[in-house]
Amino acid sequence: MADEPLILGIETSCDETGVGIVRGHTLLADALASSVEEHARFGGVVPEVASRAHLEAIVPTMDRALTEAGVTLADIDAIAVTSGPGLAGALLVGVAAAKGYAVAAEKPIYGVNHLAAHVAVDTLEHGPLPEPAIALLVSGGHSSLLLVDNLARGVTPLGATIDDAAGEAFDKVARLLGLPFPGGPPIDREARAGDAASIAFPRGLTAAKDLAAHRYDFSFSGLKTAVARWVEARQRAGETVPVADVAASFQEAVCDVLTSKALAACRAQGIETLVIGGGVAANSRLRAMAEQRAEKYGIRVRVPRPKLCTDNGAMVAALGSHLVAAGVAPSRLDLPADSALPLTTVSV
Amino acid sequence: MLVLVVDSSTPAVTAALVEVSADGVASRAHRCTVDARAHGELLAPQVDAVLADADARPRDLAAIVAGLGPGPFTGLRVGLVTAATMGQVLGIPTYGVCSLDAIGYPAASGAPVLAASDARRKELYWAVYDGAGQRIVGPEVSAPAVAAARARELGATIAVGDGAHRYAEVLDLPVRVEPRYPDATVLALLAAERIRAGAPSERLTPLYLRRPDAVAATGRKPVLP
Ligand SMILES: [Zn+2]
Repeated sequence: MADEPLILGIETSCDETGVGIVRGHTLLADALASSVEEHARFGGVVPEVASRAHLEAIVPTMDRALTEAGVTLADIDAIAVTSGPGLAGALLVGVAAAKGYAVAAEKPIYGVNHLAAHVAVDTLEHGPLPEPAIALLVSGGHSSLLLVDNLARGVTPLGATIDDAAGEAFDKVARLLGLPFPGGPPIDREARAGDAASIAFPRGLTAAKDLAAHRYDFSFSGLKTAVARWVEARQRAGETVPVADVAASFQEAVCDVLTSKALAACRAQGIETLVIGGGVAANSRLRAMAEQRAEKYGIRVRVPRPKLCTDNGAMVAALGSHLVAAGVAPSRLDLPADSALPLTTVSV
Repeated sequence: MLVLVVDSSTPAVTAALVEVSADGVASRAHRCTVDARAHGELLAPQVDAVLADADARPRDLAAIVAGLGPGPFTGLRVGLVTAATMGQVLGIPTYGVCSLDAIGYPAASGAPVLAASDARRKELYWAVYDGAGQRIVGPEVSAPAVAAARARELGATIAVGDGAHRYAEVLDLPVRVEPRYPDATVLALLAAERIRAGAPSERLTPLYLRRPDAVAATGRKPVLP
């Protein structure tokens, strides 16, 4: 194990400043600084606030990661950094930081795809990923279904949200119910005491007519509006809103669509492994439902522990480690931060 | 002492190596590219290039000087994060200098001078320097007409910097051609005392001068009519 390359990963695509260190598939450090509380009063991530926070956090977060792993930058074999997709200004701080570290420590740099990193992080928990696999990546910023045939070279997008990201729907419904931002954890908590079958909320893009054009795409905007209508109607009638039931029924609708489309993709392609990542993968109902439904078809569901599902530096280090092991050439020092980096590009 | 200088507060992305000695500051290598949209792509290769030009390695550096702005935020942060991370790896001190000083100080020659860079949104980042090149007002951000009025009150007879070129008509002051952008050797010169004294490393906090654009969430609009 000591011979395996020691890889550092830097993540700044949204509101988390992450620095992770791995050796092969072994996680050595996962340091994180979050600006989430600074965004709470705005009800969503403010790009300039996030960028300022990354600049302040990067050096101390790096110090914590190195201390946690018991290594120095001189020991590192390569530096990986999220080059996209994400918030342009936020990405740029991480990319420039990675370059500063790479130039000063005279190490190779890999600019990598954030979404591919969400897939790669699972190798830290469950070992090498069988290929091909299907990946479902759901967070506040993205909702994608991918075919992972070669994680080192490129992944194939199968579908994505056509409006809101799944995590965004959680945030908006939480706000509607008077729950804090980000909305995922409080809705998960409330839903435990609720009846998921009490309200029949719509399942976007699951009707036969929609499946023709959007077989693996998602839509959460209609669901969000349906929840708002239902809640407002109760409020206008002077009734109390059953928060737990609304949370549970909403969460059930989201998880139902996500898992049914992900498993349909596995079955259509004869694929036996489904990886779930992104902040919404920390949702307890999504995990349970995916496992329960996959079992019927002999499909194995791999979901990393919640701390690795949300954005972090370890996922970037994990992908960097995978690229180094696969013999992929490093990026050039003029690599850009690309807010719209396509999924087909795993490293730039 | 070999010192790295970086500035990304204006469209000019600058990396330079200077030798700071007891007698003065001498330029060893210099790279500057004017491109307002590619700070992140350009700066690190330029740092690499000036090291190569001077036949030096990062470990030969004794300190890093960075222009703190003011400047458009996204580009400005590139220089500061580059300086901070390199300083961390190398265990050497980092020093900040107001980027406008590296335009105004060399332009002053007996009479007050207005130094200005483009702040976008039809505004300027500006400061006024006395005849010896000491900053007496600023840095501030405001409309060119406001900067012009203040500069005149303070007796400025000349303007300098990219912002002065851009708004020469509004400022109605003769514009000195050079320096148009922060001068790397001057940035080092203005930090030279701290470098020679081995002063404690400084946290490189950008001179933002503007708050982030963000509005607190207001009441939600109902979906029912
Ligand atoms: Zn993510």
